[in-house]
Amino acid sequence: MNKLTRRFRATDILYIIMMILPISVSIVIKILTTPASEGISISGARIFFRIPAPIQELLITESQVNSAMVILSLFFLCRYLTHGIEEGAWLKRHHLAEILVEKCNAMTVGNMGDYFKNFSPFVAAILALSGFSSLITLFGLYPPTSDVNIVAGWAVLVFILITYYKMKCGPIEYAKSFANPPLMAPLNIISEIATPISMAFRHYGNVLSGSVISVLVAAGLSGLSNLIFGALPGFLGEIPFLQVGLPAILSIYFDIFSGCLQAYIFAMLTMLYISGGFPLELYKERKAKKAQKCRK
Amino acid sequence: MEIAIAIILGCCALGAGTAMIAGIGPGIGEGNAVAKACEAIGRQPECKGDVTSTMLMGCAITETTGLYALVIAILLLFVTPNMFVNILTSIVG
Repeated sequence: MNKLTRRFRATDILYIIMMILPISVSIVIKILTTPASEGISISGARIFFRIPAPIQELLITESQVNSAMVILSLFFLCRYLTHGIEEGAWLKRHHLAEILVEKCNAMTVGNMGDYFKNFSPFVAAILALSGFSSLITLFGLYPPTSDVNIVAGWAVLVFILITYYKMKCGPIEYAKSFANPPLMAPLNIISEIATPISMAFRHYGNVLSGSVISVLVAAGLSGLSNLIFGALPGFLGEIPFLQVGLPAILSIYFDIFSGCLQAYIFAMLTMLYISGGFPLELYKERKAKKAQKCRK
Repeated sequence: MEIAIAIILGCCALGAGTAMIAGIGPGIGEGNAVAKACEAIGRQPECKGDVTSTMLMGCAITETTGLYALVIAILLLFVTPNMFVNILTSIVG
């Protein structure tokens, strides 16, 4: 077990630095671009610059930059966890990586069936990206998941996958699946379109409502403590005593619990929609028929 | 002009408040779901994990209607007042 050479350790340290660097870069960007003396306010993602484009201006916003930083940081986290991995894991973090991969494989196979075994990297990517994007609020950064554009992008990706797997038996079968009772066809089409919209709104609404409620409670408490303790002499009157405690408990619920739960729900719905829309039996029948035709 | 802007702002706030009445529905629905899940766990404690994950999924889907109302309320509070005031000023001149 003398594989911990100096070169190996140096690469490890490089990975750790690259893991922390993106987050600190976005903290620095946030500090540099926040206008001074803003106070408590509710605002959307800050726009950094605009790129002129033919139909509409492309906006580079805080949420895009933050989500790119989360992706970079996650990439180097994965590199760090699996650095030097081989059969028979010989470091603690290798065991951690194996546990994570096995859990994700088991979850994917349990929810989607054996046919979708190869989907587990996609599901794990969605889980990790969504979870860490919500958890980035702990650094005081703007969470990308409370911007509808980011989450709608993921939802559109999932919608494309759903449609692809429904189309696997050919477009005729796909059209037939809408007209199950023929009169219900318009409603079925509407509910098909509503799938990505509801997925995006669910995730973004939960995260955004959490931050709005936190800001409202913090503002209300500071006003209340000004009213009660404002008569105290000197700087004692300026300390918002009532802000101690309650916002922290709210933050545990809204930032940590709700963020992780929404990531889990988004990944779960992805798996259920994709495997639910795919007619596996029909697909197998068609495949068998095709194979017979080829043999003849 | 000022009265018109005041009416716009007030009506947007009223609309946001009225939209959030929709929060009642998901509240009752999720309460029912969790109550049934508790009953099921009490009857069969061995299937606690399955029941809990199914319950969380159901709660998430039930919540959607409430979240639509929330999105509309947030739009009414933060987006539409500016838009309507801009339209008004462009009409009046």
